[in-house]
Amino acid sequence: MANSRTNQLVPGVSRLSRSKVFSKRAAYKIAKESKPKKTTSEKKPASEKKPAAEKKPRATTDLIDALTQKKKTLAPRSIALEPKAVRKAQRATPLRKSITPGTVLILLAGRFRGKRVVFLKQLKSGLLLVTGPFKLNGVPLRRVNQAYAIATSTKIDLAGLKVDSKFNDTYFKKEAQPKLKGTEEEFFGENAKKKEHPAHKIADQKVVDEKVIAAVAKVPYLASYLASTFSLSNGQAPHTLKF
Amino acid sequence: MSSYPELVGFEVGLYSKGRFLGYKRAKRNQYENTALIQLENVNTKEETQFYAGKRVAYVYRAPTTKKGTNVRCIWGRITRPHGNSGVVRAKFRHNLPPRAMGSQIRVMLYPSNI
Repeated sequence: MANSRTNQLVPGVSRLSRSKVFSKRAAYKIAKESKPKKTTSEKKPASEKKPAAEKKPRATTDLIDALTQKKKTLAPRSIALEPKAVRKAQRATPLRKSITPGTVLILLAGRFRGKRVVFLKQLKSGLLLVTGPFKLNGVPLRRVNQAYAIATSTKIDLAGLKVDSKFNDTYFKKEAQPKLKGTEEEFFGENAKKKEHPAHKIADQKVVDEKVIAAVAKVPYLASYLASTFSLSNGQAPHTLKF
Repeated sequence: MSSYPELVGFEVGLYSKGRFLGYKRAKRNQYENTALIQLENVNTKEETQFYAGKRVAYVYRAPTTKKGTNVRCIWGRITRPHGNSGVVRAKFRHNLPPRAMGSQIRVMLYPSNI
């Protein structure tokens, strides 16, 4: 209910009529863009064409109108429309203190829920860059929201790992799909080829995972720990667990 | 409801259980927009702190199929403790139906702050 103009009686039915919205928006105040006229021969411009049939000077009538509440304000009729200045500062999402590079996270939702993954770094959007490593548990390089991850006390020493700056949010954006032509063949998915994972991403995965796996191999049982999934069993209360 | 895709694969034990006891109420009035949920293995007010804000889901089966399934779900969030014995209040996007009283509620582990 922040804006009275968006107020609805019931979904789909506005509380305000069209004319009411018009006057609220005060669109008549906004200066219209003047289009260059094609025929500029002898015709006078529209403003000059109509000599105002005023008995009194304009300012006086405006004042009378304002005092008699015919017009709401004495503001000029045309104002330029300026976009509102954004006052909010874009701040980086704070990373939870328990999450540091090398922390093993448990994913809580999505396709890889229950999997244990390794945190690499936080991206500009605030999402976390994680990797399975893919060879151990099938989780690829991936972005996750920290609200959907539990940080465990297990940490892997990733001191030697430098995560390439090319792994940013645009790297993970979906490629634009070619527009469908709407043929029957397409609709039923005939002759549809399964999209292959791009080769450069497979190579990237290997490069990143190589060092992570090497670090994992130094610690006994860590590889099998990462390969296993997390799940609560009967009678286990999450608030009593130390992750 | 748009919650269908989230239902897939709930079989992984990533939620703890709760029970829908009834609505917040007084002697003569009840407030259906606030549900009371008893959390399993939680017996004190202090212990409920962990669960504040967590997403909860009432998952049920309906007689008709929609979007290829007859499983449906009402989502909500835990708002605050209720009393001193591990019961919490929760708000659901749609009020829980009375026939849900006594049935199980899934208490998810997210949004996580650990």
